[in-house]
Amino acid sequence: MSNAFPENLQYTNEHEWLDGSSPAVVGITANAAEALGDLVYLELPEVGTAVTAGEVFGEIESTKSVSELYSPVTGTVVEVNQAAVDSPETVGNDPYGDGWLVKVDVTEVGPVLTAAEYEAFVGA
Amino acid sequence: MTDTTEGTDAQDRLSPLHDEHVALGAALTSFGGWQMPLRYGSDIAEHTAVRAAAGLFDLSHMGEIEVSGPQAAAALDHALVGNLTAVTPGRARYTMICAEDGSVLDDLVVYRKADDVFMVVANAGNAPLVTRELDARAEGFDATVTDQAAETALVAVQGPRAAEIVVGLTAADDVPAVRDMKYYAGAPASVAGIDAFVARTGYTGEDGFELFVDAAQAPALWRAVLAAGTPLGLVPAGLSARDSLRLEAGMPLYGHELDATLTPYAAGLGRVVKLDKTDADGAPLPFVGRAALEARKASDPARVLVGLRGAGRRPARAGYDVLVPGMEFPLGRVTSGVPSPTLGYPIAMAYVTPEISAEGTQVEVDVRGRREPFVVVALPFYTRT
Repeated sequence: MSNAFPENLQYTNEHEWLDGSSPAVVGITANAAEALGDLVYLELPEVGTAVTAGEVFGEIESTKSVSELYSPVTGTVVEVNQAAVDSPETVGNDPYGDGWLVKVDVTEVGPVLTAAEYEAFVGA
Repeated sequence: MTDTTEGTDAQDRLSPLHDEHVALGAALTSFGGWQMPLRYGSDIAEHTAVRAAAGLFDLSHMGEIEVSGPQAAAALDHALVGNLTAVTPGRARYTMICAEDGSVLDDLVVYRKADDVFMVVANAGNAPLVTRELDARAEGFDATVTDQAAETALVAVQGPRAAEIVVGLTAADDVPAVRDMKYYAGAPASVAGIDAFVARTGYTGEDGFELFVDAAQAPALWRAVLAAGTPLGLVPAGLSARDSLRLEAGMPLYGHELDATLTPYAAGLGRVVKLDKTDADGAPLPFVGRAALEARKASDPARVLVGLRGAGRRPARAGYDVLVPGMEFPLGRVTSGVPSPTLGYPIAMAYVTPEISAEGTQVEVDVRGRREPFVVVALPFYTRT
């Protein structure tokens, strides 16, 4: 995958990404989406929910498995990607684009990796 | 995110088709002590292809055990709950092997290849145990038990176009036998120039064939089926699609709907237990588990295997509690669940108490702390037309 690790994003060892903008856009990595397989259900927090870096903020379900989503940041959810909730396959098809998950008004960023560090972490 | 997809284990055995799977870019998973393809691309697309056209599966992890000799049928009648003497050569039977206490050690398909030659096909994870048990139970019979798992590969071609594909690859002399083969029958045939035992069996709810071949010939057969089938819509399909296909078809999977805590009666599959089988003198045949099964036949079924259809979008998964709205105490447990690719809603199988087992009963499943509405429906969820 050519765009598996975009340079402009930050990553976590729980396979989420965030961009540097404010509010921050959060999603899951292409690596994670690929490992999960066909995505069938996405549960995201409502707008206004407080999320904490390193803690569960939602879940994502494929045909075969369920995974929890860990927030890379502490802050307040200001926007939820309803299109992805309605069509979870969007997350697998375009994890860094239309498949984003939430936008968060960030008060604190948790531990993050650069693209190169994340690439090394997943052993690509 | 916590990655819960299955990984692989360095101890896993490799299929004779392993290199084919790697070349096709398969995601591999550890299953029953083997490293097998979970999916090649999209598991939903693989599932859909089997319903619409055809899928090609590597089932080489299944265990093949030959039981042969003048008393092979008698040995199996003693070892298994079914009546194998009654199976005509060329036909197959779904049966089970039970422990002395009546619990299910494995569910099996037994093919009678000839009067005195049977092939027992066991689930991968149970195959070593089944082999040991058959060996021990055949003692005193003029019969030989041979573990053929290592040298046998099994490839399944399943779907509405499977017959067209397999017959098209069959040597002219063998075409009538394969084309006209009945469900749960099998015969030797040359397919793509390879000697195979061809059976009209499967685990998908579709028409299809299972091809048993020498492991060394498996890659050539695999490539020939792919080449012939691809123009007709055949795709290689992994264990993920196999699981959602069998679940739609209401077929049990050992470790989910069946396990060593259940008798066939408790699993709702008491029909496979042939308490009426007799020896040559017409006396009741004392097969392994008989005494316990006779005693437990009436007392056992405290729970019923049912189908559940989800009203929402969240699938129920194995191990989740089934409850009655407004009540806290669970009255059942989910054994398997997926979002059904064919039907478009979540489906599950569950063991429940008799009072909530009637079709149409509204229940709830505790999906990770939130109760989701489901309704009890008849099995199977899907029947081919």
